[in-house]
Amino acid sequence: MATIVVDGRPYEADPARNLLDVCLSHKLDLPYFCWHPAMGSVGACRQCAVKQFKDENDTRGRLVMACMTPAADGARFSIADPEAKAFRASVIEWLMLNHPHDCPVCDEGSECHLQDMTVMTGHNERRFRFPKRSYVNQDLGPFVNHEMNRCIQCYRCVRFYRDYAGGADLDVFGVHDGLYFGRAGDGTLESEYAGNLVEVCPTGVFTDKTLKRHYARKWDLQTAPSICVHCSLGCNVIPGERAGELRRIRNRYNREINGHFLCDRGRYGYEFVNDERRVRRALAPHGPDRSADPLDPNEAIARVAPLLAGRVVGIGSPRASLEANFALQTLVGPDRFFQGISTRDKRLVDTALALLREGPSRAPTLHEVERADAVLVLGEDAPNTAPRLALALRQTAGVVPRQAVAGIPRWHDNAVRELIQDAKTPIYLATPVATRIDDLARRGQHAPPEEIARLGFAVAHALNADAPPVGGLAPEVAALAEEIAGVLRAAERPVVVTGTSCGSEAVLRAAAQVAWACGAGLCCVLPECNSMGLALLGGGSLDDAARALSDGDTLIVLENDLYERTTAADALLARAGHVVVVDHLAHATGARAHTLLPAGTFAESDGTLVNNEGRAQRFFQVFAPSGHSIRESWRWLRDVMNAAGRAEAAGWHALDDVIAALAAARPDLAGVRDAAPSAAWRFAGNKVARLPHRATGRTALHADRSVHEPRAVPDPDAPFNFSMEGAGVELPLPAALVPRFWSPGWNSEQALHRFQEEVEGPLRGGTPGVRLVAPGAGPIPWWRDPPGPFRRREGEWRVVPLHHVFGSDPLSMLSPGVAQRAPAPYVALAPADALGAAVVVTGEGFAATLPVRVLPELTPGTAGLPVGLVGPLPAVVEVKPA
Amino acid sequence: MKTDVKILTAHLDDPAWHTLAGYERHGGYNALRKALKMTPDEIKAEVKAANLRGRGGAGFPAGIKWGFLPKETTKPIYLVINADEGEPGTFKDRLIMERNPHSLIEGCLIACWALRANTTYIYIRGELFSSIQRIERAIAEARAKGYIGKNVLGTGWTCEIHAHPGAGAYICGEETALIESLEGKAGQPRNKPPFPAIQGLFDCPTIVNNVETIAYVPWIIENGGQTFASFGTERNGGLKIYGLSGHVKRPGLWELPMGTTFSYLVNELGGGMRGAKPMKGLIPGGSSCPPLLPNELDTPMDFDAVKKVGTMLGTGCATVFEEGVCTVRLGARIAKFYEHESCGQCTPCREGTGWLHRNIEKLERGERLEGGIQLLDSICGRILGNTICALGDAAAMPIQGFLKKFGDEWQRHIDLGRCPL
Repeated sequence: MATIVVDGRPYEADPARNLLDVCLSHKLDLPYFCWHPAMGSVGACRQCAVKQFKDENDTRGRLVMACMTPAADGARFSIADPEAKAFRASVIEWLMLNHPHDCPVCDEGSECHLQDMTVMTGHNERRFRFPKRSYVNQDLGPFVNHEMNRCIQCYRCVRFYRDYAGGADLDVFGVHDGLYFGRAGDGTLESEYAGNLVEVCPTGVFTDKTLKRHYARKWDLQTAPSICVHCSLGCNVIPGERAGELRRIRNRYNREINGHFLCDRGRYGYEFVNDERRVRRALAPHGPDRSADPLDPNEAIARVAPLLAGRVVGIGSPRASLEANFALQTLVGPDRFFQGISTRDKRLVDTALALLREGPSRAPTLHEVERADAVLVLGEDAPNTAPRLALALRQTAGVVPRQAVAGIPRWHDNAVRELIQDAKTPIYLATPVATRIDDLARRGQHAPPEEIARLGFAVAHALNADAPPVGGLAPEVAALAEEIAGVLRAAERPVVVTGTSCGSEAVLRAAAQVAWACGAGLCCVLPECNSMGLALLGGGSLDDAARALSDGDTLIVLENDLYERTTAADALLARAGHVVVVDHLAHATGARAHTLLPAGTFAESDGTLVNNEGRAQRFFQVFAPSGHSIRESWRWLRDVMNAAGRAEAAGWHALDDVIAALAAARPDLAGVRDAAPSAAWRFAGNKVARLPHRATGRTALHADRSVHEPRAVPDPDAPFNFSMEGAGVELPLPAALVPRFWSPGWNSEQALHRFQEEVEGPLRGGTPGVRLVAPGAGPIPWWRDPPGPFRRREGEWRVVPLHHVFGSDPLSMLSPGVAQRAPAPYVALAPADALGAAVVVTGEGFAATLPVRVLPELTPGTAGLPVGLVGPLPAVVEVKPA
Repeated sequence: MKTDVKILTAHLDDPAWHTLAGYERHGGYNALRKALKMTPDEIKAEVKAANLRGRGGAGFPAGIKWGFLPKETTKPIYLVINADEGEPGTFKDRLIMERNPHSLIEGCLIACWALRANTTYIYIRGELFSSIQRIERAIAEARAKGYIGKNVLGTGWTCEIHAHPGAGAYICGEETALIESLEGKAGQPRNKPPFPAIQGLFDCPTIVNNVETIAYVPWIIENGGQTFASFGTERNGGLKIYGLSGHVKRPGLWELPMGTTFSYLVNELGGGMRGAKPMKGLIPGGSSCPPLLPNELDTPMDFDAVKKVGTMLGTGCATVFEEGVCTVRLGARIAKFYEHESCGQCTPCREGTGWLHRNIEKLERGERLEGGIQLLDSICGRILGNTICALGDAAAMPIQGFLKKFGDEWQRHIDLGRCPL
């Protein structure tokens, strides 16, 4: 640690950091634009100028850019120096020359970094007397709005889009004061990370187009800490609500997982919460047309409660919270609780969990993946199944070359990039089809899952002779395995990435075997947001449910559409005497329900999700839905149990009681209690206010109904108020309870540094969440049975599930923008198998005529089918000319 | 010391001098033969002894710059010739490239030998079409004759020279922007450190020198650094090509000892003013240099002496303007140039040059300039020294110079609401 002097006061500083970083870490106000904590310094905006003095006798000093100046031991600086202050104000003056004065009507107003920095520098007098420059804006697709007139040319957008996220279709054009940041022409931004431009842009050039449709200012948005529900990574998010409508999703920094960035599925998938297909009243559909009468909640409970006297089978869901699933498990008993996923999916997830628990390899966080020095990806198409992981891998690619950089500080972004050029961390990719991160791979293989698994087992054997060999490998595959083994062996922090998406247990086992053989981290992508939680909870598959269900039994389906999971849904539902569906969306299963109970979405309920690394994370209710019908799934189940006179849920007054019951029933999951502070948490007697202290219209919003201020809805489940009253975010809140990033003078998300221990460090008080899964301590459970090679069978095509970031997640598909980005149904075939422009695909109850996409890398005898777009996928199909 | 020696302009009377045969006829490539028998350190010592200062405008001693290369490196070292001559009023490198290109080629070869480099890129401004043609032809001739290539003059040493035409952006004359452009990227200067000598072209150690600087190297090697140095002043060795343009009788280029006075250049060589109007001022070395008044013309034209009178020698190509020239209009034109050529990377230059230009134009049109001359001065003052590269300085310095020397005239524009001339 070094000591630097700023305005006469000594501060501790890490000499490997730059001065701006150090000042912000010490919570000193210093304005900046082009610097970004995740992207380093380029010294372009000149906003962070400070005075540097040679020694204590130097009184003149010279202006330096803090972001380009190392915090060297003994260095002396002044932020308050009059010349430095005047210069910083003049940088703002320059930036404001052409910046429109449209703050009152600008989408960015209230969370504009430019606004904050302008106020911070004190520039307030306009000396520019010319017309402002103006541009033609572009249509950048459904997610990002473009308003170039507001641009201050900080270059952050292109640096994020191109350098950080690997995009190609956004660039900077032109020179001098006529720069243009956009695409070569109108068109949808291709990158699945484009939505981050909304937060990366320090002003209102790139704004959230979905928010624009139902706009509200940041200070009017009710927010609570939440977790993304659109994949298994568990990115931390901040949903914002106003007037009963979810308006947007913002990133919630969690150093170990999402850092500063989200994917567009996570950012824009929220609109199902507002969808007209929402179930908002309890319904009892009847008659041939399934017409539904709305039920009063008590009527609905009274209707279901008597059924509990009979045999009840429960089907849970990997997209429902741990608490909701546990409530159903309690209601039906562990023997009659089923996971609501197909046998194949269950086997995959259970295998993944077993590998993480029984083997010695730990699941790395995304932060750890970003720091790996060698990576093997086996089978997982991360950009489509876990996009934030793919973005992390893009950063991993720079780790090894950056380690070798000597003589240049790491934060000197352009110089470091110049130096490392195309050098990359060794990353090997083996996937069934090409992925959008193939450009990161040193070498790789596109092959059917069996062959991917065989490569993995071969690598494991090459690393450790205890792992069994693989017979009959092609020489080039054997050579590749040797090469990969050599790289992994030499690495200090190797990581193996795999997952369930290619539908192969063998691939999972092979990946684990490699990780065990070289002591690597094992990053395993799972299908859904709570797949891991559900696997931990236990319970059989849908096929098991079908076996357990006797004719006439009551069937309770929790937050699940069985038609997405199995082709046997019709048969299953038909046998039930009474089908109760607890869900927030109307779907095919709900249409077969006898009683439909309206559940809260993630934004209207609290609960715990367990992500792919086994981290239990709490999401908190963002807003209280209007009316009295919608309630948390677990509450419906509790109410039904209580109405039926069952004792188990009698004490479940609030979520904490459910969690306590879960912890008591399942000591292995007791850690869930510590995922976040309980509802009893108080700061000086106060709960945390969900609404910012500047929220407007607290009476006006309801004035059409009553001029009186409505009573805030009480919240027994969380340490938050549905109001402006309570502890604000300027107080030192536990990280899991921070509902938004804001600090006096820092209205944009750049306020983040005030919540971090240091820039890029963990949030104050530590990273939220608790790990429920730990590696085993026993001997390595080597898998001794590698699969044989893939053999094509006549008249048979092995199905390779193909995932789409936009399309494969049904919830986000209710967002119009996401649906617009999704592909139409198709079948992918190898060139040799492409029998025509369209083919008939049949097998295991599956039948469809689909247009053919020819994928040169696909092995003949395999057929790629898009997950989520053509219904449940069979394992094998037959393909015939249409 | 006064001398009649000419080096780079010695044989302009020979119409074939630009060809290899013509160049060899006057002793060309003898210096290379001599150099290849010397050690790199001996060559560097000669260049140091010659007090050869960079002829691109900054006047940095070439010998010292060469010493910045890392002592040990596993990477290739590059020599890059900055032939992106684009400063308004400057046209000296063009003469060398069109009329005496082999002196540059020979200089490159000797410099490469001295720097342990094997590759030279000559980055030529796109508009200098004849220069590009002549340099390309000279390279081809030299390669055919075995001066360039895998086995230079049978020594086994490899040296390649490539001509690379730019696209005409002034900023690409800034050495790091030039490097970016050579690498195929937009010409935007880099933040320094790291300096090119450590991390330059393709991230390898790189020396960037001006055409004229390197073209003098063969003569220095053949005749000795001391001799070259003796032509100039104490810290400014040798000869330099000076240019003269504007309202003089005989504009042109002359090769003179460093330290020759402006008045000698203007009055003796240039023949004085073109007509009856007396001189109003002189821009010493390209449009980025603050102007001099007629009473300052006794200043010797070397880097240090010109600096002492508050301006820069720059490229040594002076522009004279007579009484009756509106300096506001002149300033507006200069400001327009720098606005147009700003790369757009850093704020003070990108925004400041445009604002400055528009304000001066306003002044010139006789419109009210709120904030007055102080506004212009404050814009310049904030740009100066606070940008990534020197383009911001180049834009701010001349305007500040005009304000200092012709402030009254600028003020009268404001007072009268029109040009007083």
